[in-house]
Amino acid sequence: MSDATLPGEPRATAARPVPFRGGGFRPEAKRGVGLMVFVVLLLVIEWGTRAGWIGNLTLPRPSDVGATLWDLAASGRLWEHLGPSLSRLAVGSLLGVTTGIAVGVAIGLFSYARAGLVPLVAAIFPIPKIALLPLFVIWFGIDEPSKYALIALGTFTPTVTSTYGAVDNVDRTLIRMGQSFGLSWWSIVSKIVLPGALPGILSGLRVSLAIGIILLVAAEMLGAEYGIGAYVLQAGALYDLERLFAGVVILSVIGVLVSWLIGLAEKRLLRWRG
Amino acid sequence: MNLTLDQITHRYSGMPVLHEISLEIPAGEILCIVGPSGCGKSTLLRLIGGLEKPDEGQVLQLGTPPEGCLNPLTYVFQDFALLPWRTVGGNISLVLEDHGIKGRAADAIIDDVLARTKLSDFRKALPRQLSGGMKQRVAIARALAVNPAVMLLDEPLSALDAQTRELLMDDLLALWTRAPFTAVYVTHNLNEAVRLGHRIAVLSRRPGRVREVVEIDIPLAERHSGLARLDEVQAHLWGLMRDEAMAADQELLDV
Repeated sequence: MSDATLPGEPRATAARPVPFRGGGFRPEAKRGVGLMVFVVLLLVIEWGTRAGWIGNLTLPRPSDVGATLWDLAASGRLWEHLGPSLSRLAVGSLLGVTTGIAVGVAIGLFSYARAGLVPLVAAIFPIPKIALLPLFVIWFGIDEPSKYALIALGTFTPTVTSTYGAVDNVDRTLIRMGQSFGLSWWSIVSKIVLPGALPGILSGLRVSLAIGIILLVAAEMLGAEYGIGAYVLQAGALYDLERLFAGVVILSVIGVLVSWLIGLAEKRLLRWRG
Repeated sequence: MNLTLDQITHRYSGMPVLHEISLEIPAGEILCIVGPSGCGKSTLLRLIGGLEKPDEGQVLQLGTPPEGCLNPLTYVFQDFALLPWRTVGGNISLVLEDHGIKGRAADAIIDDVLARTKLSDFRKALPRQLSGGMKQRVAIARALAVNPAVMLLDEPLSALDAQTRELLMDDLLALWTRAPFTAVYVTHNLNEAVRLGHRIAVLSRRPGRVREVVEIDIPLAERHSGLARLDEVQAHLWGLMRDEAMAADQELLDV
């Protein structure tokens, strides 16, 4: 080394490592942490309710909620409630999601559909669908069809919005490529547009189906003897907190399951993203 | 099959981008189009292949495309335009499916074009697993699969690094030497133009006009970097473009 140094620099400074400034901003999957949070939260509440610093009108004891759930399952009444609820959720959201995807793709592809339907969807989206339940009861009767309609309408609008957003985001150069090879309109839609929009459609489904579960409870407000929603509402009316929370836990589990199923679908269908 | 560009003028919302372009593209030759950025060379290529309609003038097809030609005017894009959800083989079969070529017939074509582009081992790979150079070779294989009468290459090597570009240029030369094809090759890289072009059309800056068409009489197979004649032509092209490129660089972009 020559002893020429830059002006203003001390001659013999001690060597030190360059401080590390990178990293971060990249959340990783940590196994079990989510479960830990649940467990710790429940233990704290259990402790609080037993020790008395959480009043038993504030929160029910988690172990009591567990016992209620156990009774519900053991007596077989869980299935009495779960069966109708799941079928309502399945039929209603299937209707809403399929029509939503169809309308969303149409908006993404056709100028007239876009010009005509986007304002309509924007007008329907913010309406609290719960407010329309009496109307649906008049239109479709007090039985299942009005419940299907409520869930269908509730899942329809978010699905439309996310689907046409996803179609808009499909790489135009791929579509141009399809045209340049003389692919038919239908081939371009089915082999380029739809697969390209699939990631956006699936992540939209997470939101739509969560809304579907919320509306399930609303749909069971009127004329439902069985169903998780009916169960929760009855418990709420009686201020039976154990049963209320047992119902809420079931709804949460349904939500987690639905989200897990979509995650599974993403893993299988979007393997190409790596 | 020959192509003729007849007095093509094109505007984008009133702003002229191409002005009275007339060019001949004879069969079996590679015509390079060079010009400063924003001179409308990529627009010209889209007009030639029918992806856009010229405001004035027309692109004429003389003669019929050869037997077995599925897509007479076939593009190779700068950004490869591969479907990320299809494998290498799937991306090639995409352009065959619409012609009813499936199963064994498709396999034969795919095997053949993959062998010609040295990709036989990668048939089942997904685009994300491939390097840029490999992706562009897949795109070239896909173009070869439809047996085009004219290949339209839109800056095919511009997204690649210098070494890969050199390798791919050799590949293109080898492909042409084995089976001469007709091509329009748009680039801003003068070195590519003098290596691959039988003729080189120099466009002026916007609105693009043909300033000069330079012919290089050295056979493609004998061209290699460091050849004095090629350097001369390249210097001449740069002389034509220098001032234009400088002016184009300082233009405000408001298109």
